[in-house]
Amino acid sequence: MTCSSVQVQPYLLEALEEKFTLHKLDTTTEPDKAARFLRSHRDSIRAVVGTAFVGADAELIDQLPNLEIVSSYSVGVDKIDLAKCKEKGIRVTNCPDVSTDDVADLALGLMLAVSRRLCPIDRYVRSGLWSKLGDYELTTKFSGKTVGIIGPGNIGMAIAKRAEAFGCPISYFSRSKKPACINYNYCPTVVDLAANCDILVVACALTPDTRHIINRDVIDALGPEGVLINIGRGPHVDEAELVSALLEGRLGGAGLDVFQDEPNVPEELFKLDNVVLMPHVGSATVEARKAMADLVVGNLEAHFLNKPLLTPVV
Amino acid sequence: MWFPKLLPVTERSLLRPFLHHTTNPLLHSSTTSLRQSNLLPRRVSTAAVSPMESISVLMTCPPVHPYLVEALEKRFTLHKLDSVPDKPQFLSSHRDSIRAVVGNAAAGADAELIDQLPKLEIVSSYSVGLDKIDLAKCKEKGIRVTNTPDVLTDDVADLALGLMLAVLRRLCESDRYVRSGLWKKGDYKLTTKFSGKTVGIIGLGRIGMAIAQRAEAFSCPISYFSRSQKPGINYKYHPSVVDLAANCDILVVACALTPETRHIINREVIDALGPKGVLINIGRGPHVDEAELVSALVEGRLGGAGLDVFQDEPNVPEELFKLENVVLLPHVGSGTVETRQAMADLVVGNLEAHFLNKPLLTPVV
Repeated sequence: MTCSSVQVQPYLLEALEEKFTLHKLDTTTEPDKAARFLRSHRDSIRAVVGTAFVGADAELIDQLPNLEIVSSYSVGVDKIDLAKCKEKGIRVTNCPDVSTDDVADLALGLMLAVSRRLCPIDRYVRSGLWSKLGDYELTTKFSGKTVGIIGPGNIGMAIAKRAEAFGCPISYFSRSKKPACINYNYCPTVVDLAANCDILVVACALTPDTRHIINRDVIDALGPEGVLINIGRGPHVDEAELVSALLEGRLGGAGLDVFQDEPNVPEELFKLDNVVLMPHVGSATVEARKAMADLVVGNLEAHFLNKPLLTPVV
Repeated sequence: MWFPKLLPVTERSLLRPFLHHTTNPLLHSSTTSLRQSNLLPRRVSTAAVSPMESISVLMTCPPVHPYLVEALEKRFTLHKLDSVPDKPQFLSSHRDSIRAVVGNAAAGADAELIDQLPKLEIVSSYSVGLDKIDLAKCKEKGIRVTNTPDVLTDDVADLALGLMLAVLRRLCESDRYVRSGLWKKGDYKLTTKFSGKTVGIIGLGRIGMAIAQRAEAFSCPISYFSRSQKPGINYKYHPSVVDLAANCDILVVACALTPETRHIINREVIDALGPKGVLINIGRGPHVDEAELVSALVEGRLGGAGLDVFQDEPNVPEELFKLENVVLLPHVGSGTVETRQAMADLVVGNLEAHFLNKPLLTPVV
């Protein structure tokens, strides 16, 4: 296990320890210790469990000649060198579907929280200001706003389904038009999508092509009344541009669950009332994490029992 | 008959000398001869139409919305009770001129006020809730009552869903966690999935149905309680609130406040909802026995609560401030720019319709 074990729930740790010889290797906070361990165990490690934060990059893969499978406790596989795995015949599995609902729920939660200023308003009440200063200022209606989705995959479609129930027209961008999106408005570029929606949601996978898919041009097109929701990956967004746009009022608001360099969040955002900041909790429910853990363990068991993998990526 | 219907302000002020014939000395002394010489417009029947600017309207709620206040001041003579230092003196000196009252969720027209305003013809509420208006007395005296249904349904339903998501996924707590720098020390704890939870709705009116429609998109099974089962509805009906509470994960108060629904959320209902259950109140504070609610939350007998309304607004029980399983909002259900403008337009539109003898837009009585 390459990620910090504090990021992984006890349920998963116990399940893995029960079935396998589990080595917990914190490659992020204790790199020297990790390096020594890898040298001494290079021949015995046959599987790696990673997460959204740390997976199996080329360097790690090279240090483990007997590695057969990487099972990721996440749906995103951007921390795994997929090309190298393919090249070496290493299987890769992830956790699709079981967290789709939770991530989509969070996207809607962020849209509502930003539009209706739920967090600053809750703070307003708790600090006793309602009785001292009177009513909070008016906010913006959410129902009926146009929602633009980048990447109408499982998560994007789940977001669309929910937003439609609020009377929100749906637009989307993807590399090509999707038949399942027949009722949604296709935009051929992200700038086009941003110019034609009120709330722009990043819901695509992180790949070299989608890095900084939200850049200055897109932010300008979204504009001072527009809201950005990021439930994808931090690197989807040019974070410096985003921060300055928010500070200068060139962007209306943002709901962010992911950041360039987690767990570090640009502190200039802390004083803004038009942003909601979440600590990467898209799939962080008891229910989803248990289902994800079952998939990680299930995939490893299937592999070592020579059965078909449950959710293979490679 | 020429009818000065909904004229913009500038045109009305030009016509004022011809309409105010009781005060304009020119008309008063020689109306007949001037009219005969065709120098005046055709006679306007003042029995059919009142010059609206002279109509006294009393705003009994705090004048918090500039758009509404300006719209009323442009058309009528508006008195703001909130800024009157001696209210009893004001009411007795204006008793014969006030013909309309504008109220809201905080203050309306109770029996005592109605008795002090013998010329009152209409109460136009800047809210959909009517619990601050003595409807029986209005009916008895032939006083019309209007409210603002429909235009705020979406906003209130949106807020109900926002509260559900915020409580279950701890949105406000997590946001605080990030802003205080705690994420650097470790991840926030796991929360509870919202999708698929059973949502129980008390009161399946416009707002209740709008909440149900939204929650269904999250695959939430819907149950409800109302005085009688609604025909043609696919949701599961429960014959009592306790029964509904025992069989849902999230209980939403979406009914009107009447003497029957006061404290509809009591100890028994809270116990039935239980330590994993969540209460969402977007109705009125008095729907809930607030003391019971607070002790249940503090003692962990209730799983969580999302509250937009309280017993004694703007006062909120301070024991709730330290709890991470509650979200507390200052009665903002309809508090968006778009909706408050639509509500204000309805208040003004209803008053204008009344004084122009046209059908009311959204009458209740």
